[in-house]
Amino acid sequence: MTVHSTSPQFKQNAARALNDSQLQKALGNVKQGFIDKRQMAADKLPEFEALRDSARDIKNHTLEHLDLYLEAYEEKVKASGGHVHFARDAAEARDIILKICRETGAKTVTKGKSMISEEIGINHHLEANGITPVETDLGEYIIQLRNELPSHIIAPAVHLNATQVEEDFRRVHTHLDAKRDLSEPVQLLTEARAVLRERFLAADVGITGANFLVAETGTSIIVTNEGNGDLTQILPKTHIVLASIEKLVPTLEDVSQLLRVLARSATGQELSVYTTFSTGPRRSTDADGPENYHVVILDNGRSSMLGTAFEEMLRCIRCGACMNHCPVYHAVGGHAYGWVYPGPMGAVLTPSLIGVDKAGHLPNASTFCGRCESVCPVRIPLPKLMRHWREREFERHLTPATVRSGLQLWGFFAKRPDLYRFATRAAMGVLGFAGRQRGRFSWLPMAKGWTQYRDFPAPQGETFQQRWKRERNGRAA
Amino acid sequence: MSARDDVFGNIRRSLGVNGTETIRRQMVQDRLERSPKGVIPQRGQVSGEERIALFRTMVETSLATVTEVASSAEVPQSIALFLRNHNLPATLRMGDDPRLNAMPWQDTTLEVAHGPSEGRDLNAVSHAFGGIAESGTLAMVSSADNPSTLNFLPDNHIIVVSAKDIASDYESVWNRVRFAYGKGSMPRTVNWITGPSRSGDIEQTLLLGAHGPRRLHVVVVRE
Amino acid sequence: MSMSAAPSPARPEKPRVGLFVTCLVDLMRPSVGFAAVKLLENAGCVVHAPVQTCCGQPAYNSGDRGTTRDLAMQMIEAFQGYDYVVAPSGSCAGMIKAHYPELFEEDPNWRARADVLAAKTYELTSFLVDVLGITKVNATFDGAVTYHDSCSGLRELKVKTQPRRLLASVEGLTLVEMQDSDVCCGFGGTFAVKYSDISGAIVEAKAKNIEDSHAPTILAGDLGCLMNMAGKLSRDGRPIQVRHVAEVLAGMTDEPPIGAAKANAIK
Repeated sequence: MTVHSTSPQFKQNAARALNDSQLQKALGNVKQGFIDKRQMAADKLPEFEALRDSARDIKNHTLEHLDLYLEAYEEKVKASGGHVHFARDAAEARDIILKICRETGAKTVTKGKSMISEEIGINHHLEANGITPVETDLGEYIIQLRNELPSHIIAPAVHLNATQVEEDFRRVHTHLDAKRDLSEPVQLLTEARAVLRERFLAADVGITGANFLVAETGTSIIVTNEGNGDLTQILPKTHIVLASIEKLVPTLEDVSQLLRVLARSATGQELSVYTTFSTGPRRSTDADGPENYHVVILDNGRSSMLGTAFEEMLRCIRCGACMNHCPVYHAVGGHAYGWVYPGPMGAVLTPSLIGVDKAGHLPNASTFCGRCESVCPVRIPLPKLMRHWREREFERHLTPATVRSGLQLWGFFAKRPDLYRFATRAAMGVLGFAGRQRGRFSWLPMAKGWTQYRDFPAPQGETFQQRWKRERNGRAA
Repeated sequence: MSARDDVFGNIRRSLGVNGTETIRRQMVQDRLERSPKGVIPQRGQVSGEERIALFRTMVETSLATVTEVASSAEVPQSIALFLRNHNLPATLRMGDDPRLNAMPWQDTTLEVAHGPSEGRDLNAVSHAFGGIAESGTLAMVSSADNPSTLNFLPDNHIIVVSAKDIASDYESVWNRVRFAYGKGSMPRTVNWITGPSRSGDIEQTLLLGAHGPRRLHVVVVRE
Repeated sequence: MSMSAAPSPARPEKPRVGLFVTCLVDLMRPSVGFAAVKLLENAGCVVHAPVQTCCGQPAYNSGDRGTTRDLAMQMIEAFQGYDYVVAPSGSCAGMIKAHYPELFEEDPNWRARADVLAAKTYELTSFLVDVLGITKVNATFDGAVTYHDSCSGLRELKVKTQPRRLLASVEGLTLVEMQDSDVCCGFGGTFAVKYSDISGAIVEAKAKNIEDSHAPTILAGDLGCLMNMAGKLSRDGRPIQVRHVAEVLAGMTDEPPIGAAKANAIK
């Protein structure tokens, strides 16, 4: 994996994020910006829950027949004049893309927003080989200027505020008047539009991701609000689609089901502004569009998730609702997760792609509040899958020794009710007595994690079972 | 082994299949041929005036504007008026759509250019393949008649749609696409457009006109 | 403090309820258990509290399925003789109801027994309202309260309206909804200790919402969340009382609130 992961340092990342007041302010926008809008969109469509079931079923069916749908898709792309390339891993995908760019004689490449391209680290690879990649989604453009990873899968720059963007634009757009006014977000947008318009028109190759690939027609689909993905693919001579194997859906009807839940779950829109269905290169009847059309299909560990509990994760349509609703994400933001995919979906997917030994913190850093699952448009049981990762860690003895021995000690007593009653009665007696004055402890041995941020309420002293035995023995039925 | 063989091999190993199972192949073939519909929201399942009214409402919800004209002969005047009302220059780019070409542009002072955009046009007009009432979406198909660049490069995009082409739902539009292009085939680009371009990437503030049109105006032709 | 009435003799038509008191209530706040007993008995149930320890959730959420299964089997055995099993906790009831069956996917015998237990297990307020059809309690509480929806109860067991409905019948009580009442308090079991920074930040947001509601009392149905919120509120010096909803519904508020000193209590 060339995209460097700081997932092993999740705790340090999180601590830094919690102390970053600018970031904390920006994260407030996630709570404000997404949750109510999604709810309103869902409430406006009585069939929303039924559509979620439908979306889940379509994805399950496709995954169970993925080999056959991939075959059908490939055949259709070829029939429409396009090329399909398969890549086992990130390195292969990078090489395929570089080769196509070189064959086109590309100097600059525009890019639509694509998480897979972040996953394979294509930008650095192109740069290292003398080709300039230009991110064109506004958020992606901003983080490219800052040399950062996206902190959110649909709002890559959600961790930044307008002042920071202004600073970056002034630093990079040196050809513009230094005295220009950029105090309003709309001025930043207008500037980015003008700067990127030139890049669009000059690009030799356009790389987009795909929200979906349709087996019935060999079509790739991108969904955007800005229109950047479209300019990326219709202006250059060559359009490269970079997609992972699980983007397949059988038919146009199936993708219509998924589109009905995607934007509503993501931004609360009925539909994103631009939903674009691309099939092969331009035809003789077309006046514009790319002359060459390539699809790079990436596996990168996903095929091994099939047939396991983690197959369910491959239903993900990358709407971001899970992170929008996650209290942990709200607290630490996306960069703390340390790799490409943050939030609950990242906590499940990242260990599959870079290894649970590296990303072990991610599925552990969850309260299992279940809010992510409750909003997932394809009903991925995210907490359950995070728990599966914890089970694998436990089996492989990756669980920290202190946690493990604590669990063992607790389990020893919990499995022996009589001993448990005796021991807890003694312990609670002591604790209750010690805490009887204040009713709480501001410090307790071995509970530093708790008492660092809050008091520990004192027990009442007697246990329920002790008192029940005392009061009810022989009296209750 | 090629990467392709490896990827397929791995998928099949994980799924515990070899790819030749008749039942699986039949199920896949069947789904691709039948294209079962799934859940269709009731909202769009209206006809006549009601459907057009819903379409208009949803277009406006998407922050586009919409107007109606009685016949295609009125379209040029309507567009000229729209441009004038927004203080926009009386220029317009369009493709070779015969329906647009047949309109009396000479009755207006509009300066009309033809062909795809190279990125310097302020205004363009396209004819939609259809409209979708459910979400206020315009379905555009690419060709020299309506080049895709016109959908994205101009600042102001005007889309003409015939009232008779406004469908209830996405599925109805796919049926028409299949009828026009053949089952399993598609034009190079189909654009579903639902409102003007926008971005929320700066502090989650909604701003119109990110890379595509800042304004989207829809003209419904009733005849 | 004592029970308001001696338990009435068992009548065959009366449901026999096994009270799963939960380990936190057992150890930390037995008065919640006795409040549950009172509510159940007032509703005509015969309440038993068999010898018990823990549902196994800490092991389950730490990835230790072996220990979880052992504890689940212990629970299934301990509670097999009752018509219903009721817990004053959405989290622990949710563990039994939503997760026990999947622990025994490879063991049809235990799976069947887990299914039986799951089917008859309820969170306290949901049992009172949904199963027994109770709409009113006989209790008085002076003042405004706000209610925190604990996550497992809310999302796994759909506990949302039931406690509110019962609270509406408490004389003198007004319910003031806080912002984001359905958002996690940051407890998450061992999460609160393992990721204490993050947990601290989440409970801070919760404490702010509680304070902004201006209710002098916060109630919830899970002691874990309550201890977390109480600990944060007292650490920050916010003078807000924290109680389990069962204490208020049973009219048993003589005990000092969670984390409060005994000295102020009326004994």
